[in-house]
Amino acid sequence: MKSLKAQQHPLSKIEYELEVLDTPIKGISFADKLANSNLFPLSPTQIDIFQINMGKMCNQVCKHCHVDAGPDRKEIMTRETMQLILEVIKKGGIKTVDLTGGAPEMNPEFRWFIEEIRKISSEVHIIVRCNLTIILANPKYHDLPEFYKKHHIEVVSSLPYFTAVKTDSQRGDGVFDKSIKALKMLNEVGYGAEGTGLQLNLVYNPAGAFLPASQEGLELEFKKRLKNSYDITFNALYTITNLPISRFLEYLLRSENYDSYMEKLLDAYNPVAAANVMCRNTISVGWDGYLYDCDFNQMLELKVASPTSQHIADWNKKSLLEREIIVKQHCFGCTAGAGSSCGGATA
Amino acid sequence: MKTYYNPEDLKKFGKIGEFQKSMADKFFDYYGEVFQEGALTAREKSLIALAVAHAIQCPYCIDAYTVDTMEKGCDEEQMMEAVHVAAAIRGGASLVHSTQMMNKVKEISM
Ligand code: SF4
Ligand code: SF4
Repeated sequence: MKSLKAQQHPLSKIEYELEVLDTPIKGISFADKLANSNLFPLSPTQIDIFQINMGKMCNQVCKHCHVDAGPDRKEIMTRETMQLILEVIKKGGIKTVDLTGGAPEMNPEFRWFIEEIRKISSEVHIIVRCNLTIILANPKYHDLPEFYKKHHIEVVSSLPYFTAVKTDSQRGDGVFDKSIKALKMLNEVGYGAEGTGLQLNLVYNPAGAFLPASQEGLELEFKKRLKNSYDITFNALYTITNLPISRFLEYLLRSENYDSYMEKLLDAYNPVAAANVMCRNTISVGWDGYLYDCDFNQMLELKVASPTSQHIADWNKKSLLEREIIVKQHCFGCTAGAGSSCGGATA
Repeated sequence: MKTYYNPEDLKKFGKIGEFQKSMADKFFDYYGEVFQEGALTAREKSLIALAVAHAIQCPYCIDAYTVDTMEKGCDEEQMMEAVHVAAAIRGGASLVHSTQMMNKVKEISM
């Protein structure tokens, strides 16, 4: 399977994607809903989290990927851009650095970058969004669990289900078995075990056009199944709603589920989740150093509405805190039901 | 083509109060409470509803509880097992009545 970009799919053109997402659902826009909840224009509350997209390169080509990542994507962050990020981290105030991609580990500067962050601070919380299979993809990655442990990194990994059929249907043939092996390797060095402080959290997202289950109930089910069948332990399960962007949007349109899915998101709008959307305390940094409200807006190339501080080189916290967050119909994915963020449910 | 069942009608379920409000309100209050987490989890209740939907062969309920069980984190295998429970009870209910037939046969046979 190729990325939409490599296929030259119409949806790889941002203008087309935005055209779809600019159309109100049943005549209602996300901005209307926010206005009803007294949240429009949406404003930041703080900048606590840096979510950094290390690049679009990935060893997998998951069907729902909002990044349109894959082995054929060559856009990755350079050391120069990382240096600029380190300068901002040095100023203080950033509590969490959340590394994502693609597969962030495929960036040749990945380890260097983490070591440099740790030189600045042992306190900053570092998260790596590890797709698990990367650990087995090449012998040079086999020691990643040890590396994560050494730098006290929280590992967050997708596992759409505790069975192979459902996992592989979303993430590719053989992904489930490899993910189980990788989880065992992480468990072996102490990840997911009580008392070690080494956090291993899993991410569930629905394999289709429906909403995620309740986080609490599903976490219990995952824990029971993974323990009984594979003797695997982990800390928490985050349930995430699929946002109608990129490859998931392509799936929705192709399967003619787009309208009903958007109506479902709209009907499940929850004002509490809206008040807690992750863009209110996060800045997302693109592989080329541009700044965005979140990883989704990044993929839609909607740079922060802070004209004097749109690139990490021009970092201006004051101006970023005064910005208006850019919202469109995809945002309904963050506010449906119990809400959705990179840390799971929000309400 | 006109048919008795129209998937769009499922969305109108909540509007049955238009013709008789107080009973509909009571029904939906009750319905809502039934599906809350209780001694049974909401997930278990949803699987029971899916099985019952098949037993009573209601296309609206099958549609609604297929989505609902998936949104409660169930997978195809669990859902199909629930339908087999319905089928087993339905089949069993027929077969267990054969004891009546057998009784009668024996009663009137030499
Ligand atoms: S969802 Fe994650 S693992 Fe899958 S293709 Fe996208 S970036 Fe790679
Ligand atoms: S999609 Fe991004 S901008 Fe929209 S609500 Fe979610 S986090 Fe905020």
